Amino acid sequence: MVNASITTSAASAPPEARVGVHVDDVTRRFGDVVAVEGLSLTVAPGEIVAVVGPSGCGKSTLLELVCGLAAPDRGHVAADPAALMPQRDLLLPWASALDNAALPLRLRGVGRAQARAAAAPVLAEFGLGGFERARPAQLSGGMRQRVAFLRTLMAGKPVLCLDEPFAALDALARADMQRWLADTLAHEPRTVLLVTHDVEEAVLLADRVAVLSPRPGRVVADLAIDLPRPRSATDPQVVALRARALEALRR
Amino acid sequence: MMAAGLVVVLLGIWQLYADVGDVDDLILPSPSEVATALWDDRGLLWDNLLVTAQEVALGILAAVTLGCAFAIALHFSRTLRRATYPLLVATQAIPIVVVAPLLIVWLGFGLAPKIAIIALVCFFPIVVTTLDALGRVDRDTLKLLTTLDASRWAAFRFAEAPAALPAALSGAKIAVAVAVIGAVFAEYSGSSEGLGHLILQSIPQLETARAWAAVVVLAAFAIALFYALDLAQRRLVPWTATERTP
Repeated sequence: MVNASITTSAASAPPEARVGVHVDDVTRRFGDVVAVEGLSLTVAPGEIVAVVGPSGCGKSTLLELVCGLAAPDRGHVAADPAALMPQRDLLLPWASALDNAALPLRLRGVGRAQARAAAAPVLAEFGLGGFERARPAQLSGGMRQRVAFLRTLMAGKPVLCLDEPFAALDALARADMQRWLADTLAHEPRTVLLVTHDVEEAVLLADRVAVLSPRPGRVVADLAIDLPRPRSATDPQVVALRARALEALRR
Repeated sequence: MMAAGLVVVLLGIWQLYADVGDVDDLILPSPSEVATALWDDRGLLWDNLLVTAQEVALGILAAVTLGCAFAIALHFSRTLRRATYPLLVATQAIPIVVVAPLLIVWLGFGLAPKIAIIALVCFFPIVVTTLDALGRVDRDTLKLLTTLDASRWAAFRFAEAPAALPAALSGAKIAVAVAVIGAVFAEYSGSSEGLGHLILQSIPQLETARAWAAVVVLAAFAIALFYALDLAQRRLVPWTATERTP
């Protein structure tokens, strides 16, 4: 399956040296708008935590804080190096699928041939064999998300911040991609912070689900999902946890 | 096909107007007279076209090179942008007839002042379109590159420069049209050859049809150059290909 060639020095650092993600009593404002207030959240190294919340509750702000793109106005954020998979895939339209996947290596100064050689086998494992030279416009939505996810993995960072990765896909493609992501993360464990508005997606993929309040966002419920994998959306326990998360969301 | 049909219709109207209207042949020759001049003076027109074509090609090349370099410099330096942008706009407002004699005094009667004048008129559209495109790269893309540890230079090389390339080529396409006018002005200001010079010479000699023939050749040359750049654009930046391409 996914081999070790995509891990780099950062990802293969000894696990005991990692801190995961610690967000401690953080407030972040944009002008008069308080995006998050008193938000605390911890993700242990190797853990998958889903963050669900209503639209505009500061979920994307949380990811920007964790990725170091923004600094908190108050409170403290400590996290291992994190790579962001944005809501829109943001693939470079002029570059091939292979070059988009290899982009993080190129940005770090790796030569073109070497970067392609590192990305090509993983691209094939992601079901994109034969599409190496296709431009993003020639790929389906699901394929583009897979390329975007691979790009995030190729960054070689211990933490993955996924911002509604499958929101733009239709229901069928989304279900496929959720299964695919669960499978990929099983073979390529990372610390994952998954932001989604889809409660079912959260319960299917995560070890824990944190429910955020409407803006200003803070964690109002923290549900442990101790279910064996692979999970099915029709499993009664999944359905029950989904109901609990939805109830917390509606309060 | 549509374009050819339209040209035929316009030529018909022109011919009719020249035949039945009371405009003197020395002011407006009919298309048939211009066609005759095109054929009779073909050697003269061709030799002068080669001169003008060389000026225009070198002028655009100089403008693209300097324009892109200048746009990149402005993109990286806010201070430089603030200091020089108004001056850049001013370069477009300079009537070429005023500075052309000065350039000829500085650079002589040869090719150099023509290239300088053409580059001067082409510089602006290239710099403005390129600079705008460099600045219009998606903020989220730049954020993403930051999380991927991209340096400022890497972000430019892998995201901003390729994103600005189509705009730079569009700027060059706009520049083609003004380059031809620039070449005529440059030759008006001091020259012994070229289509602009031929026009200047033909009018006092009452060879109006020859002057119009030179205009037709200039127009055909501009069209050829425009489509050559259009082809280059489709080859170099195929990801922007749209149905709108003429």
